[in-house]
Amino acid sequence: MDTSLELRIHALMVGARVLEEQLIAMTRSGDGYFWIGGPGEEAFNVPLGLLVHKGEGPAFDYLHLHYRSSATLLAMGAAPIDTLRQMRSVATDPYSGGRNFVNHYARHDWNVVPVTPTIEVQYAQAIGTAHVQRRAGGEGITIVNGGDAGAAEGDFATSLVWSSRPGQELPILIVVANNHYGISTEQRTQWAMSDIASRAEPFGIRHARVDGCDPRASYAAIAEAMAYVRAERRPFCLQADVSRLHGHSSSTGGGLVAERDGLLEYEAALIAEGKLTGEQAAAVWDERRRALKADLETVRGEPFPDPSTIHAHTFYEGEVR
Amino acid sequence: MATMAQAIRLALHYGEENLGVTDVFGEDVGPPLGGVFTCTQGLRTAWNSPLDERGIVGMATGIALAGGRPVAEIQFCDYMFNAIDLLKLAGNASWGSNGAYHLPMVVMTPVGSGIHGSMYHSHSVESVLTHIPGWKVVMPSTPLDAYGLMLAAIEDPNPVFFLPPKALLRTKGEEPIPGEPEDARELHNRIDAPLGDRSQWKPDWPEVGRHLVPIGKAKRMREGRNATVLTYGRLAPVCLEADKQLRAEGFSFDLFDLRSLVPLDWDAIVASVSRTHRLLVVNEDTEVTNFGEHLIRGVIDRAFGELEAAPVLCAGADVPGIGMAWSLEAASVPQLPNVIAAMRALAVAPAREAGGRGFLELPTRLARYR
Repeated sequence: MDTSLELRIHALMVGARVLEEQLIAMTRSGDGYFWIGGPGEEAFNVPLGLLVHKGEGPAFDYLHLHYRSSATLLAMGAAPIDTLRQMRSVATDPYSGGRNFVNHYARHDWNVVPVTPTIEVQYAQAIGTAHVQRRAGGEGITIVNGGDAGAAEGDFATSLVWSSRPGQELPILIVVANNHYGISTEQRTQWAMSDIASRAEPFGIRHARVDGCDPRASYAAIAEAMAYVRAERRPFCLQADVSRLHGHSSSTGGGLVAERDGLLEYEAALIAEGKLTGEQAAAVWDERRRALKADLETVRGEPFPDPSTIHAHTFYEGEVR
Repeated sequence: MATMAQAIRLALHYGEENLGVTDVFGEDVGPPLGGVFTCTQGLRTAWNSPLDERGIVGMATGIALAGGRPVAEIQFCDYMFNAIDLLKLAGNASWGSNGAYHLPMVVMTPVGSGIHGSMYHSHSVESVLTHIPGWKVVMPSTPLDAYGLMLAAIEDPNPVFFLPPKALLRTKGEEPIPGEPEDARELHNRIDAPLGDRSQWKPDWPEVGRHLVPIGKAKRMREGRNATVLTYGRLAPVCLEADKQLRAEGFSFDLFDLRSLVPLDWDAIVASVSRTHRLLVVNEDTEVTNFGEHLIRGVIDRAFGELEAAPVLCAGADVPGIGMAWSLEAASVPQLPNVIAAMRALAVAPAREAGGRGFLELPTRLARYR
């Protein structure tokens, strides 16, 4: 990996972290109600976003993300201010028009399908976009991202069964971001296995486990998995062990918890390797924080949804897209 | 004449060839069986899925998200309950994304009683499914309407539940499907899969034509004066027979097959109640939180002053299942004598007097229509 990419990943990770910290602060400043997000998953999610074939339609990648995927969106080029808009539930929120929780994206032009607060359903829906891509051929794949808690639901088994039907294998990358918790319940108290991706083994689905706190290892693992899925048109299951640095959500306070911080580790490594100075690193953080503060002021001036629009889009009235 | 199952098959064939249907799928939907009710025999895009209703609904959702046009089948509606949140998500995809996505998908699932289906093959689900906003809900009672409603459901850019009544799937109608062979035997020979080895069999499809039943338009089955009767599905022909018998007693009913439960044809309903001033709703579902209660409330909202007697719901008994013994099924789901009794009771109830103290209390429970 060349240094410019390493520094780009660092800047994106910082941008995602600062964004999540800003969102948490907004729950305390009256600029939003509920926060849920992905601080601690940046080291995996930034490489994922960078490796996506971004576009619209089956020739490009479909993303069935979860609500901890902010860093993936930013790495794909999303504007941080749009996440502030969803946090404040203003009408300009491009993902849901003020209708959904923060970090619940939907972007048709990037194949980012609606993120839901039900943590497992994307595993069952992703097989459908992958099915269309199997038939379409080409290099477009489906990426579905959930967590260890959601993988306990039957929808995870659905993704394994349906993506490996003999002769009907699907081009799908099944990601399990294992943060070792379901809200407050530790995974090790509920699961007899720690390597969730190995559940793919009896289906003949290739699988791997990666340190999701290490962006370089994650980049390599995702690139390898994607290359396999794109070329072979078969499923791959990848587990990334990640951290959950501010707990489950604002419902558990949103305070910083003592877990491994992949971003700080990575930054220290880049400095030790002489690729980044401490001053340069600090400047990246400062610049992102300043930009977000300006963004927040902009968003504070934007209107909330007009209540007369409440019925809009219950049914779609136009031509099929 | 085609049976309803044949009509659905012809509609799906038309959808594959003319309306862009990409996938007809579900458990046992593809060859060799072609559906437990034969609705999907011989279709070009039909395929078998795992026995996984959440996977079926998720697959349909994903296909629609990626620009396909799926028709998914849940083999019996009774099996749909474990997929409710996936159905909810399909219903809120457009609203929740502020219009960024919409899902042109059809979920077909046979509903209702009447086939000795016992506790888990006899449910009615319209009260549950109409409670999932973002979905349209249609239910045919004749083969031609099944054909036309399926075409409309496929063309609709929104998710649509298509709910054929199990007990009517093998019944024939009185109106032909455009292009259907006149001889039922010929149709059978051309499109029904043979018994035994089907590996070499291919259907010989007739050139069926475009016939859409607009979603949201009720069908007035009979014109009458004594009361408005709203029904749908399996009980539509039962209400027709009840009306026929009661005409011999001098009564007549304004009888509607709603066909579409979401959206509802309120214009037709209100216009009728404004003529007859009495309302009866007949369906099979259990009576508590029954879709008929919504119909009655909607009429009260729109035409309270027109009613001269309390509106009546003739529905299923509030019990957890349909009993296997016929005596039990008949005691829990309205049958012809119950419907006749309900219609007659409403017709002869004295009118509320102007300035009177309130509505007459009419029996609303099935057990009282004996």
